Amino acid sequence: MWCETFSDTVIEHFMAPRNAGSMPDADAEGNSGDPDCGDSLTIYLKVKDHVIEDIRFMVFGCVAAVATSSMTTELAKGKTLDEALKLTDQDIVEALGGLPENKLHCSVLGESALKDAIQNYLAKTE
Amino acid sequence: MKKRVYADNAATTRLSRPALDAMMPYLTSEYGNPSALHTMGREAKLALERARNQTASVLGAVPEEIYFTSGGTEADNWAVKAAAELGKNKGRHIISTQIEHHAILNPLLCLEAQGFEVTYLGVDAQGRISLKALRDAIRKDTILISVMAANNEIGTIQPIAKIGKLAKEHKILFHVDAVQAIGHIPLDIQSAGIDMLSLAAHKFGGPKGAGALYVRKGISLPSQIQGGGQERNLRSGTENVAGIVGMAAALEYRNARMGSHMEKVLLLRNRLIEGLLRIPNARLTGDLLNRLPGIASFLFEGVEGESMVMMLDLHGICASSGSACASNGHESSHVLKAIGIPRQLSHSSLRLSLNEDNTDEDVDHILEVLPSVVARLRAMSPVWNGSRENY
Ligand SMILES: Cc1ncc(COP(=O)(O)O)c(C=O)c1O
Ligand code: FES
Repeated sequence: MWCETFSDTVIEHFMAPRNAGSMPDADAEGNSGDPDCGDSLTIYLKVKDHVIEDIRFMVFGCVAAVATSSMTTELAKGKTLDEALKLTDQDIVEALGGLPENKLHCSVLGESALKDAIQNYLAKTE
Repeated sequence: MKKRVYADNAATTRLSRPALDAMMPYLTSEYGNPSALHTMGREAKLALERARNQTASVLGAVPEEIYFTSGGTEADNWAVKAAAELGKNKGRHIISTQIEHHAILNPLLCLEAQGFEVTYLGVDAQGRISLKALRDAIRKDTILISVMAANNEIGTIQPIAKIGKLAKEHKILFHVDAVQAIGHIPLDIQSAGIDMLSLAAHKFGGPKGAGALYVRKGISLPSQIQGGGQERNLRSGTENVAGIVGMAAALEYRNARMGSHMEKVLLLRNRLIEGLLRIPNARLTGDLLNRLPGIASFLFEGVEGESMVMMLDLHGICASSGSACASNGHESSHVLKAIGIPRQLSHSSLRLSLNEDNTDEDVDHILEVLPSVVARLRAMSPVWNGSRENY
């Protein structure tokens, strides 16, 4: 999904990000991006009975990166790990009402950090 | 209405009143083609030549040395490529700097692909080139030195007169990209030994899409656009009469008030810099002394530039950032890299650029909003290790 400029949803999530902040007692965390390239996302998970009970993020990145991170956590919260693993960047972009073409890569940040966090959790608990 | 503060005058400026007034007739009743023989054509032609006289007189040049272009980019392209064409039998070496605008860097890349060799001089931490490095870079086959008068991202002013002297000693053509400098700081083409100079109207209160290239008499400039023979057959195409008239009016207006404008803008800018440097881990980029009056450029550790610009915009403040995300194939600012800023930090840049339209209230508003914007973004930044309190 593509649009000319930022959707209202993107702006709204950028100005009031959901679940922003760190989580010192997280069960697992996942990372994506590279601060040297100007984008870096960390997602923290609290998991109970295979369900994402709480989720937080910390982001260094553009407007779309902030909105993507916020939306990713909103979509993942309350889902089982299996469901959350199936979330794609496409789902995130759609939930945001689209992203400008040169910003589509920002949505990958959310998907990868979430997957990384879940995989780290599974690796730890196996 | 929500307060709006325009602090992006290095990107472009508001059309000044005298420029608009001067343009108005040529946008309405005086629409003749300057090449036409009839009264309306002759009137337009006269307006064009009046504008050429005004521009020349402000620059300390003669009218035959002024060629109108579509802006700074075209003037830069023309100058660099013309110098290469003129000099190619003498040599194929060009000297420029690592911090030029892309309107210079990209034409130079084209020339490199055609077999020219370019030395890009590095700069110190303040963004100034070293005259010794320039002297060392000069070779027998050097045909052009192109150095910007002042940088658009960090505002650093180069020692243009000293560079011009070196160029003259070695009989090398000297081009100056003065797009950010003209109308903002005094620049004497004659005493600085400048052979070619680019300017753009919209940076000093003129309209967008008008600019000029100054070319010292005696240099037989190759043509830029071929066609109906306008601009002494070197830059064809029906002239942007209103734009050119507006440019000349803006230039004259600015120039007459340069001293008082500089004083006013400097006071505003210094207050802005002082206030913003109170933010922890904030850093000024560029040279404190050799600096354009209007430019305040910073790094705010831990905060990404684009998100800063956007959050400021949502608070009514127009600013800009040289930072671009490299995950998208773009490189982050070549200027910040040249002054030695580490890659991650270079994504944390913010430029606020003021001019005489700005007020004390504008500065107050920025000083009120920006610290909390930085704090809010730092509060969720994984690369910020400092305090997460609100400032
Ligand atoms: C130093 C410098 N050179 C050249 C240009 C290009 O001017 P224009 O956009 O008018 O073509 C700019 C404008 O951003 C500039 O700042
Ligand atoms: S993360 Fe690269 S532009 Fe958004």
